[in-house]
Amino acid sequence: MPDLDSLSILFVWTAIAIYAAAFVAYAFDLARRSEVSADARLVREREAVLVGAEASSAGAAPAGTDAADAASEEPAKPRYVMARIGTALTVLGFLFQLAATVTRGIAAERVPWANLYEFAMTGTLLVVLVYLVVNTRIDLRFLGTFITGLVVVLMGAAAISFYVGVVPLMDPLKSVWLVIHVFVASLATAFFALACALSVLQLMQSRRERRLVEAAEKPGPKFLGTLPNADRLEGMAFRFAIVGFIFWTFTLIAGAVWAQDAWGRYWGFDVKETWTFIVWVLYAGYIHARATRGWRGNPSAWLSIVGFTAVIFNFTIVNVFFKGLHAYSGLS
Amino acid sequence: MSSSRSDSRTDIDSAQKDAVTSSDPLRPSDHIDGDGAAITQPRLGFVGWLRWGWRQLTSMRTAIILLLVLAIAAIPGSIFPQRMADPNGVTQWETDNPDLFPVLDAMGMFDVYLSPWFSAIYLLLFISLVGCVIPRIKHHIKALQARPPRTPARLARLEDHREVVRPSAGEDADAEASRSIDVAQKQLKALGYRVERYDTATKSGRTYSVSAERGYWRETGNLIFHLALVGVLITVGVGGSFAYTGQRVVVEGQTFVNTLLDYESMNRGRFVGDDALSPYSMTLDSFDVTYQEYGSAASGQAGDFSANVTVRENGETREDAVRVNHPLDIAGDKIYLLGNGYAPTITVRNADDEVVYSNSVPFLPQDNALTSLGVIKVTDGMPEQLGIAAFLYPSAVKLESGAYASAHGDLLAPLLTLRIYEGDLGIDDGTPRSVYVLDTEELTPIVGDESGAPSIELQPGETAELPDGRGSVTFEDESPVGATDFTQSVKRFASLQVHHDASAVWVLVFALLALAGLMLALFIPRRRMWVKASVAEGSNGSDAKSAVRLEYAGLARGEDPTLGAAVHDLAAGHARLLDSSSSETTRK
Ligand code: HEM
Repeated sequence: MPDLDSLSILFVWTAIAIYAAAFVAYAFDLARRSEVSADARLVREREAVLVGAEASSAGAAPAGTDAADAASEEPAKPRYVMARIGTALTVLGFLFQLAATVTRGIAAERVPWANLYEFAMTGTLLVVLVYLVVNTRIDLRFLGTFITGLVVVLMGAAAISFYVGVVPLMDPLKSVWLVIHVFVASLATAFFALACALSVLQLMQSRRERRLVEAAEKPGPKFLGTLPNADRLEGMAFRFAIVGFIFWTFTLIAGAVWAQDAWGRYWGFDVKETWTFIVWVLYAGYIHARATRGWRGNPSAWLSIVGFTAVIFNFTIVNVFFKGLHAYSGLS
Repeated sequence: MSSSRSDSRTDIDSAQKDAVTSSDPLRPSDHIDGDGAAITQPRLGFVGWLRWGWRQLTSMRTAIILLLVLAIAAIPGSIFPQRMADPNGVTQWETDNPDLFPVLDAMGMFDVYLSPWFSAIYLLLFISLVGCVIPRIKHHIKALQARPPRTPARLARLEDHREVVRPSAGEDADAEASRSIDVAQKQLKALGYRVERYDTATKSGRTYSVSAERGYWRETGNLIFHLALVGVLITVGVGGSFAYTGQRVVVEGQTFVNTLLDYESMNRGRFVGDDALSPYSMTLDSFDVTYQEYGSAASGQAGDFSANVTVRENGETREDAVRVNHPLDIAGDKIYLLGNGYAPTITVRNADDEVVYSNSVPFLPQDNALTSLGVIKVTDGMPEQLGIAAFLYPSAVKLESGAYASAHGDLLAPLLTLRIYEGDLGIDDGTPRSVYVLDTEELTPIVGDESGAPSIELQPGETAELPDGRGSVTFEDESPVGATDFTQSVKRFASLQVHHDASAVWVLVFALLALAGLMLALFIPRRRMWVKASVAEGSNGSDAKSAVRLEYAGLARGEDPTLGAAVHDLAAGHARLLDSSSSETTRK
């Protein structure tokens, strides 16, 4: 019988390589977009007018039709060939990663998310899945570099530093809550990742829009010209963030229910509990900020980025370096 | 449609003002949809200042800042060990940083979540929350009874608007306009809108319109969410006063009775009386554990812990088990398995061969291979009191240094090593002393340590003489008759925690309520729709009088990304309904 876990590792590295190629393709795509928008100075001037008008109606513009509108203003599709290649590669990478995760699960005879290596594997798998699914509805390929970049880094780090062989579960992990709590947490992370990526672009876009209005010499990276305006990016980021927030709220509650069974109390400010709480509070702040005059726009985008940074911190640093009951990284 | 989006902001604002009525949710003034009145400095003396302060406290900005401060304030508790979660960690930290410790301790760094400053932050946040939510509840109750607002005069100014001119099928365009609004009214009602007719007559003719509103659950959900958070806070706070948690170590064969006296430690909430404990008892019949085999991937990893118990309650007896993740419910108490280890049975005899001590002593595990440390205090029957510090190595291996270590948690080759001290154990002077600690300062070593005599090493069933004819010590073999190896030679103990907290389920109820409210508040769109019909004057139809102008408009109240699509669907659906009803009329 072939060693399934070795096979899984092989798939992991294949997936990483394919994602890296996807990253390159997406990066080329952004560069191509710059050229195209540089070709057409007219486009830029027209944009200046458009953006100015749209900026002044900020807040009133519904994000309903999203990128579809933006795309319809663009002339032809062939411009996005590299993006298509990127997405095709991402799908391929996803399939390999799925195979890696499933074989790992079969090798371990349980759900493949019971130590840090496996969390990273399943978490990044979900990031890619959510990204691909959303892409069938709205064109988010401009996030491709961010998503594939993030996934390559996290998977690579996991495969190099967090790998542990298949070992039986520790007693506290033998619970249905392992299946539910951890999975939903990973799902929330995936949505937060997309929201964060959009918030980063929102900040870049709003800077560019400001500079266009000021008629500055270099308004900013040119590919931004092919992206939705800052307002719409913010609307999209918000929608991903609230879905993530609801999953996160559920994770928090489910974790407390599990802790009640496993540790004899539902809440004890264990480090991991604390950081989950911090993340929750940060996103609550973000949601308020989005609804508050003077906070909507850039400040709320920063909160979304800070929130996701805390998610990643919780996932990596807290798991590896902080001491607590959640000592399930499998690293010793 | 997209051209209306580039209307200047003020235009939209004024159109929205038309449409804004008291059925809108109430918002703090610095909310995006708030009235925008700056919170200006008062000139009204004390009461004015109070009012000003209250408005500051209940503003959105304050809520954001308090939330961010709360997030930051929670961080130190994850960096420094906390007394409530990790008391040993705190002691260790104090030993490692004797200079810094008092300073940080005074700042509450080791009790962050109970500290005054942390409490102040969340209490302020919740005061702000309540102050913000109460007026909104009052307002929302009224709004729930209000009718949808008047149709704005100029719908074209709203962000999502479309206009259609339908040639009239019959003679009377005016009647047709009226009927088309009847149709729209039914359509909107079927879509879950609350509807109201507003027909007007002007110089230029009659206008028919229906005003519709939906999504009241959005605000209801928001209020439920915020109130449920208050519910969580209160049940956690109040629940703690009625909760108790006790710890008890039980060795195989021992019985534990649920009375205050039988606990090793007990934390009681303020309102837990002496008679609060339910009368039941529990015998630990056996303790199961399985080990990954020696040499396998996770060699020595222990699991499947199960404390098998017999419970006696109300004169009835039943068998059950306490396992990790599966606490045992008895009379509203939950019993948890916190830890386990070995409890070697040790017998000490005096010079006359009389048993002066015989007990199964719980040893504290020191590592994953269950090297365990235990203390035995022989207080009577010897010329002087004896203190014994013992190590148990369940699978003993001799290191190169000559010291022993345990290679595995199971009893593959158990070995007990003893150091024995003589003197006054200090038990009689009344100072409380831990049974797990032997203070050897005042004692004289007689075996091991600096006594000159080597430590005693025993396998189960073996006995060693104490020096100078003091007597003997025996490591009893507890194996059942006919055992062929050592795996059952030492008794095990289970460390149990008994926890009683009737509020936990209420905390959960409020938390789930918050989650439900959150989903309503974030996903239900709150919006208004209007359909207006009038006779089209001078329209491009052949007969100027025989056309109906239909206007559709929507207005989002809060985040509503699908509004544009909804207006589009409404218009399309309306057209279909009108088509089918007019074809019916013609057929007649
Ligand atoms: C424990 C503190 C608080 C938390 C965790 C919290 C959390 C949230 C969350 C998650 C939302 C979005 C879901 C929804 O719309 O219902 C929200 C909305 C809202 N909160 Fe809070 N909140 C807190 C305190 C406050 C306070 C003190 C105020 C008053 C200043 C407030 C006013 C609002 C308002 C007006 C909204 C609606 C925002 C909108 O229109 O989208 N909240 N809150």
